[in-house]
Amino acid sequence: MDKIWVIMRKEWAEVFKNRFVFFTVAFLPLILVALPLIMLYVTGSSGDLSGLSSTDMPTTFTELCGEMSEGECGQYFLVSQFMLLFMLMPMVIPVTIASYSIVGEKTTRTLEPVLATPVTTLELLAGKALAAALPGVAVTWIGFAVFAIGAHLIATSPVVIARLTDPLWLMTIFVVGPLLAIASVSVAVMVSSRTNDPRVAEQLSMLVILPLLAVFFGQIAGLFFINETLILWMAVALALIDAGLFAFATQLFQRETILTRWK
Amino acid sequence: MIQTENLTKRFGKNLAVDRLTLKVEAGEVFGFLGPNGAGKTTTIRMLTALISPTSGEATVLGWEIGREDGQVRRRVGILTESPGLYDRLSAERNLAFFARLYEVEDIPEQVERYLRMLGLWDRRAEAAGTFSKGMRQKLAIARALLHEPQVLFLDEPTSALDPEAAHMVREFIASLKHEGRTIFLCTHNLDEADRLCDRIAVFNTRLLALDTPNALRRQLYQRTVVFHLSQIEPRFVERVGELPFVRMVRETEGKLLIALDDPESNNPSVVRALVEVGADIQFVGELRRSLEDIYLKLVREDAEAGSGNGD
Repeated sequence: MDKIWVIMRKEWAEVFKNRFVFFTVAFLPLILVALPLIMLYVTGSSGDLSGLSSTDMPTTFTELCGEMSEGECGQYFLVSQFMLLFMLMPMVIPVTIASYSIVGEKTTRTLEPVLATPVTTLELLAGKALAAALPGVAVTWIGFAVFAIGAHLIATSPVVIARLTDPLWLMTIFVVGPLLAIASVSVAVMVSSRTNDPRVAEQLSMLVILPLLAVFFGQIAGLFFINETLILWMAVALALIDAGLFAFATQLFQRETILTRWK
Repeated sequence: MIQTENLTKRFGKNLAVDRLTLKVEAGEVFGFLGPNGAGKTTTIRMLTALISPTSGEATVLGWEIGREDGQVRRRVGILTESPGLYDRLSAERNLAFFARLYEVEDIPEQVERYLRMLGLWDRRAEAAGTFSKGMRQKLAIARALLHEPQVLFLDEPTSALDPEAAHMVREFIASLKHEGRTIFLCTHNLDEADRLCDRIAVFNTRLLALDTPNALRRQLYQRTVVFHLSQIEPRFVERVGELPFVRMVRETEGKLLIALDDPESNNPSVVRALVEVGADIQFVGELRRSLEDIYLKLVREDAEAGSGNGD
């Protein structure tokens, strides 16, 4: 564990000196948190949305609203689209960090001296994975906390606020988010082992967000809506996928493979 | 210290190291020479437990490669072909990171010690990426020594360095030798190998020769004495050629080259023979074959043998 922590600290000391990575970690969450807060503010200050009819929203969503008024349901509908942004953060940030970290080590040939030390490849991979995943997860949690506080400060319906911080959202942020981070890092490790340009690695690894975008567009199109059941199944599926991806990434992170097959 | 027995490494169909058997004694500077692609780096990687052998055995400091790799890595230091430093981290931070991975006990003291030893203390807070090649190599050497390894593997330590930096690195290696460390040195610089190494191995996928530089000279070349004469007459060549212990005599660039047995005993007889026929001897010396001569002869003979075997 000690060596894992040493590797994580080194990763952070090095990778955050890269301006692109720094700005991604610093500004992306600001934007993704600001958007739903702005939406809350705008929909709250434009008067109630009671003029919004239930026929203007998908039936499956209005069923989720329960006892909310049509205006409150409308506001919840609009803002809940941004839940997926909170699922993007723990994917985008780890991919960026991991891509620059791993490809950077390849191009500067710094891995060999590290591999020559007593550190195990599992410790090395865990250190790099955590160094990439933890900032993404931390920023997501902090961003959500800022969002929750901001939502309370903005004069919105307490019913809407309660729904925006209910178990559905909490499970999304605190369970699914970290699982998405692990998946992203695993994909980034696999892609980075085959590329020599961090930007190419980052762009290819970003393909991992496609399933999430499919969920996003499916929700906008009214095909389905994220509810507790769906989130629970997502969490289970992600846990299994993560186990498989991490096992595969571990195979790629063997000393001989790194030294002889990573090009 | 280092022992291999038929150590072999294949990458698919490519045979990189073929049945290497050698032994390196404690405190020895062992030169490992060979052309590009000969398998030198692969050999170092096996001996430093970075990759595993395909077959054969090797032990380093008594620890078996392939079974006790962690123990080997704790006790050896390696200077890789590329320095492999973290450019954005300071020199001090680079070393501290590796010191932690090597589980060094008093890290600040050890880092300071080696930074001072290599003349980098004043620049300890500067990013390694701002260093010149020579300084980066020095920092990489410091990294290899932090955990006080008994065995050091140096892969091309002076490549791409200017003469002054290369000289400094060679001097440092010589000082490590005086400390009693065992050094396994891969280099293309044959003059450097000749000066530093106790024994050398010439390697090209397989071991071509292994001995001290002087022993290799004696094995591969007849000892030759050079006589500088004021002028050379055909009768001089003829007279020397009659001597029973002379193997070859020829004139080149105004000098007589005489290959003979046991020069220490027979040189006086050659001198007498030349004086008898009126030669004015200005200077006598032995033709010293360079390590380059030895290396090229071995590598070429190996290549020719390979061609003859229908490669």
